[in-house]
Amino acid sequence: MQNTRTADTLVGLFVACGIGALFFMALQISNLSSFSKNATYTIIARFANSGSLKIKSPISVAGVHIGRVSNISIDKTSYEAIVEMQIDAQYNLPDDTSASIYTAGLLGEQYISLEPGGSEDFIQPNGVIDITQSAVVLEEIIGKFLFDKASGE
Amino acid sequence: MTQFFQRLGHSTLSSFAKLGRGSFFLMQILKATLSVIPRPRLLINQLYSVGVLSFLIISISGLFVGMVLGLQGFYILSDFGAEETLGMMVAASLVRELGPVVAALLFAGRAGSALTAEIGLMKATEQLSGMEMMAIDPIKRIIAPRLLAGFISMPLLAALFSAIGVLGGHMVGVGLLGVDDGSYWSQMQAGIDFQDDIINGIIKSIIFGFAVSWIALFEGYDAIPTSEGVSRATTRTVVNSAFTILGLDFILTALMFGDI
Repeated sequence: MQNTRTADTLVGLFVACGIGALFFMALQISNLSSFSKNATYTIIARFANSGSLKIKSPISVAGVHIGRVSNISIDKTSYEAIVEMQIDAQYNLPDDTSASIYTAGLLGEQYISLEPGGSEDFIQPNGVIDITQSAVVLEEIIGKFLFDKASGE
Repeated sequence: MTQFFQRLGHSTLSSFAKLGRGSFFLMQILKATLSVIPRPRLLINQLYSVGVLSFLIISISGLFVGMVLGLQGFYILSDFGAEETLGMMVAASLVRELGPVVAALLFAGRAGSALTAEIGLMKATEQLSGMEMMAIDPIKRIIAPRLLAGFISMPLLAALFSAIGVLGGHMVGVGLLGVDDGSYWSQMQAGIDFQDDIINGIIKSIIFGFAVSWIALFEGYDAIPTSEGVSRATTRTVVNSAFTILGLDFILTALMFGDI
């Protein structure tokens, strides 16, 4: 009897440790804890070039993370990138907010930075941001720089 | 020349026959699985010998694999000045690949070989036929609880492996090499997606656990009932499990992470 009880305890400990490890992975290792269970709303921005922006890239205002990119597609007539963003519902943005694509860190992860304007009206869900600044493509800048150099001489 | 073709034909046919026997065996086990539920004691005993006894080797290996990843990752990443992303590298490689695969390989060596030897010896000493004589179905009584135990313990062991590995990487990276503690965790959380990485890793380990237990039990059940036959079956379990795990891992990775 003592023996079975020890086995039971050890099996219980083993299962508890395993489930503990699963919880650890979910909460400490992955982004599950930063998932906002809050409601979100969608806004759209059109960019001439979305660079290497990806689905799930972060969206921030003044450096604070307020949402994620949910979809990137292309407009079939204007050939602009249409970026759909899920913004946490607790944040309202003025309707003259501008969106820019910036690069974070050395490894080149890109994110959207929103700069709120001074308007009194808020962007409605599924609203469109009109003022956008495209991703900076390094090759273009180098090309322009070389071109300026060459024409200057 | 004819002899060569004869041998080739024979080995092809016998491997197909074995595959068929294996599938039939699996069907029998799956049918018998429900009968384990009213007898949880059988399952608990098997969870003890399959899971608890593999606990130590899995956690120690996980610790060392994590520590090595921390060390190697740090040296490579510091060449690019990106040692802050160490946490993400350690966690991604553990959760996606090393956790499920290495834990399954160790599981095949530690628990799979023991299962084969146990079942093979039961067959060699005619305990299985003895049970049948007493109208006890050995599939229900012996085999099904073992398959279920492997199926349950493998994802838990893989999760332990990954979790302890991440802590080992933290110990080396943050403790010894001076990576910032906050960026170790925050880069990890930014880079690892719950659905894409963790859930897929768990699915992998469930499939591996199932495959390894099936192979181990079948090799034991199908062993030639002599001491040599049992020893060969044990070897085959480890070799075939390793092949199966690595092959399945490639297929699953291509399905989960690749766009093939």
